[in-house]
Amino acid sequence: MRRRFGKNDRIFIGILAVVCVLVFFAFRMLQGPGGSSVTVTRDGEVYGTYSLSQDQRIEITDEEGKVTNVLMIEDGKASMTEADCPDKLCVHQKAISAENENIVCLPNRIVVTVTDSAEDGFDAMAQ
Amino acid sequence: MEWGKKTAYLGVFLAIALICSYIETLIPFQFGIPGIKLGLTNIVVILALYLIGTGEAFLLSMLRIALSGLLFGNLFSVAYSAAGGILSFLVMLLLKKTDKFSCISVSVAGGISHNIGQILLAAVIVNSFHIMYYIPVLLLAGLITGFLIGLLSQEMIVRLSGLFKK
Repeated sequence: MRRRFGKNDRIFIGILAVVCVLVFFAFRMLQGPGGSSVTVTRDGEVYGTYSLSQDQRIEITDEEGKVTNVLMIEDGKASMTEADCPDKLCVHQKAISAENENIVCLPNRIVVTVTDSAEDGFDAMAQ
Repeated sequence: MEWGKKTAYLGVFLAIALICSYIETLIPFQFGIPGIKLGLTNIVVILALYLIGTGEAFLLSMLRIALSGLLFGNLFSVAYSAAGGILSFLVMLLLKKTDKFSCISVSVAGGISHNIGQILLAAVIVNSFHIMYYIPVLLLAGLITGFLIGLLSQEMIVRLSGLFKK
């Protein structure tokens, strides 16, 4: 039943490692040098787009108008500073500024993504 | 293995799994990305899979997700753990059934598929595929943690298998 670590394992883990590294570098290339704005989506719908060049405090509200998250833009970087969820994972995430980087608040279904407002990130990449 | 003994071992394994979950909440294992964990509890699931049986290992996996979620997390963390836990259990079981790989490969595949399961559910819940940005880091994390957990499990299976013969 129990097998020792052998040739099959080396091949299997080797292939997985190569795939992981390739995916890693493929996604690295997707990441632009720096985006100019952030787009906030709630439940998949665009909530708003905000410029990164301007320091601001954005209150994100739910359907009933209750503030669920607060997004701060400072020195060209965006970070979530407040959230009403218990785990606060989005608040602990580091500030984002490179294109396609994002902050996710799972309980409130909010995604903040760095975008290049002039053109869509994926189009810019294809050039 | 007779029923009484099996039940007793399952209880012990579940208790160890919960302790592992608790220890994990104490380790600040943050890379600025949520969802990356060492996966210590997966040792217990792998041990159960190899030493007790498939059904028992699955039961153990589901119970520890529900219990550790209620004890140390919330309903959200239960949903994500369950998505990762079920996918990774199926992948590990299939790989083990081929009988061509050691438990290190099984664990690596489990670690990676656990992270994939979680991010897929997350993408569905937030209704946005931008979250896939985290896939590379999660894949690498699953590979590395899965390998470490596999090494540990391998050594433990060698040392514990005597206990479980009949």
